[in-house]
Amino acid sequence: MTTVHDGEPGTVATTASRPRGAHPLLIFLAKRVAVTAGLLLGVTVVTFGLVNVVPGDPVTANLSDQALNDPAAVAAFREKWGLDQPLWAQYLHYLGNLLHGDLGHSQQTGRAVLDDLLHYVPATLELALPSMVLALLIGTGIGMLAAVRNGRLTDQLVRVGALLGLSTPPFWLSLVVLYVFFYQLGLAPSGGRLSTDFSPPPTVTGMYTVDGALAGQWDVAWDAAQHLSLPVLVLTSLTVAMLVRFVRSAMLEVLQQDYIRAAYAKGLPTRVVLRRHLLRAGLVPVVTVSGLAFASLLSGTVLVESIFGWPGVGQYAYRSATALDLPAILGVSLFVALVYTLVNLTVDLLYGLIDPRIRLS
Amino acid sequence: MAPLLDVDSLAVTLPSPRGPLPILHDVSLTVDEGELVGIAGESGCGKSLTAQTLLGLLPPGAAVTGSARYAGTELLGLDPRGWQRVRGAGIAMVFQDPSAALHPMLSVGRQLTEHMRVHLRMDRRAAVRRAVELLDQVRIPDPERALRAYPHQFSGGMRQRVAIAIALAARPRLLIADEPTTALDVTVQAGILALLERLRAETGLAVAFITHDLGVLSALTTRGYIFYAGRVVETGPTGALLTAPTHPYTAALLGARPHGTQTGGTLRPIPGAPPAPGEAPPGCPFHPRCGYAEPSCGTAPPPLTPAGADRSVACVVRPHLEVAA
Repeated sequence: MTTVHDGEPGTVATTASRPRGAHPLLIFLAKRVAVTAGLLLGVTVVTFGLVNVVPGDPVTANLSDQALNDPAAVAAFREKWGLDQPLWAQYLHYLGNLLHGDLGHSQQTGRAVLDDLLHYVPATLELALPSMVLALLIGTGIGMLAAVRNGRLTDQLVRVGALLGLSTPPFWLSLVVLYVFFYQLGLAPSGGRLSTDFSPPPTVTGMYTVDGALAGQWDVAWDAAQHLSLPVLVLTSLTVAMLVRFVRSAMLEVLQQDYIRAAYAKGLPTRVVLRRHLLRAGLVPVVTVSGLAFASLLSGTVLVESIFGWPGVGQYAYRSATALDLPAILGVSLFVALVYTLVNLTVDLLYGLIDPRIRLS
Repeated sequence: MAPLLDVDSLAVTLPSPRGPLPILHDVSLTVDEGELVGIAGESGCGKSLTAQTLLGLLPPGAAVTGSARYAGTELLGLDPRGWQRVRGAGIAMVFQDPSAALHPMLSVGRQLTEHMRVHLRMDRRAAVRRAVELLDQVRIPDPERALRAYPHQFSGGMRQRVAIAIALAARPRLLIADEPTTALDVTVQAGILALLERLRAETGLAVAFITHDLGVLSALTTRGYIFYAGRVVETGPTGALLTAPTHPYTAALLGARPHGTQTGGTLRPIPGAPPAPGEAPPGCPFHPRCGYAEPSCGTAPPPLTPAGADRSVACVVRPHLEVAA
């Protein structure tokens, strides 16, 4: 039997042909920046069009009844905000300013939209980031558990829990959480970012917990964290509910793979198989859906912010929309589009980190 | 000396939506230390399930009866810890498709050393040293670099070599190779077969080689088991099995096989199809397709009975069989 040849073609093929010049990652990022610029331009067109199509007039939304009866006041308002110009002229004017980093002034607050955003965005990030991180950790853990216990009691309980979470309206959950933890148990404050006896720490990031810690004002940081707890709890549980079912099915699919059976066949302890082999492979689809989850989390913040009196982008967006405050609406839209692009970019970079097959050659 | 692996009257029933499905019936087989044993049959005959049973990898709800002793230890009914000790370090497995059986996102070095460190209690450096030796042993060029590579960076044949190195890493005494060359090119297949034979000769490794290819069976193994519908229908030294079969199914398999470079020869397909699990006819499972069947064949499954030197056959008719040259 030893007459057969032991040689065969094929060696380690690690030599990837790399184009000379810039690093491929740089090229990738440059392309992304170009695409993002186009996307943001599109966002301005759509938002501009939408705001002007909806029935309603910024004049009536912003001026008092008395001022509305005064044609001079109305004309002054129109002129001040450029509403007397044709639509295309308004748009070009806006674009020109945008190129200089000028997002215009909010009709509501009278301040520069950029300043408003810099004020409100950190508050929202302080809510959204910890909620997202917690939701990913908890959602992945529970989803994996449900997959491993497929069909058994744990799986059924997770299924019911996720269904309940998915069908719970965020505002209702917020009210229940407030009733239990604030009203009944007195464990958490009812709303706002800080108790009245504290003043905000010196601004570095705009997130009170971080700034408080940076300034060494631990009592402020702790108070801010307590104010965060309930809204973060609501946002986290809603996002976990969304993630769990997805993680479960992704992990179930990985569990069917030969390499999981091969890992068991090597005599590895179950926890190593799950933590190293299952989790690693299941993370790719989880990362994909976490981009979506972050999007839904951001839209969730709009409701949660208004219930918890949280001065974030969600509240700002709500107020701008009801007042047809075009510069502010455009500013928020651009911010949201930018966040989505960044989330997608992060997702793509994470793919490469997790799966060597997708790694940029 | 007792055989390294001694399977006796093994029967496996799998759960299904329509109730329990019996898959394996009364399977008995042995593998000696350093022996290359072949297990052959059509797809769905229970070959792979036998392998899964021997590694405790059956799906939940499977019912197993009989006995399977490895090096004197009864495998059936082992607790998870017991299975962990046997898997990898006692019985190891090579899967059919190396692309699916290697983790795509873990480096070859990681997959090669992780169970070594568990079973052989090696530190990282010792494990890496052994990993390099193993890759060298399975003829992977530039082993140090291969350790840092990922499976997708290798060709199919090289992947299977890596998978074999992984299987051997924790010094098992029995390797179950489940159709390890089926997914590979024919030219690559020969290299893998030669590698297995060399490993057996050099290290005294016992190999249970599962295949549907009688050519591979004759090229590699010294003793063979022919499976049909979850039963062993014939067993004996491979040469004798394939030149002078005593079971009509073995003969039919041989007749249905293309003959090398010979052209114009007749292939004789076996009429009908193997029964689906749970739908095996009463009596000999092969009798509806058998040209020699007699009425008595449909009453009870024939037991394996001795038929000459080291041979057994499960056939009551025992017709005189002509084998195409």
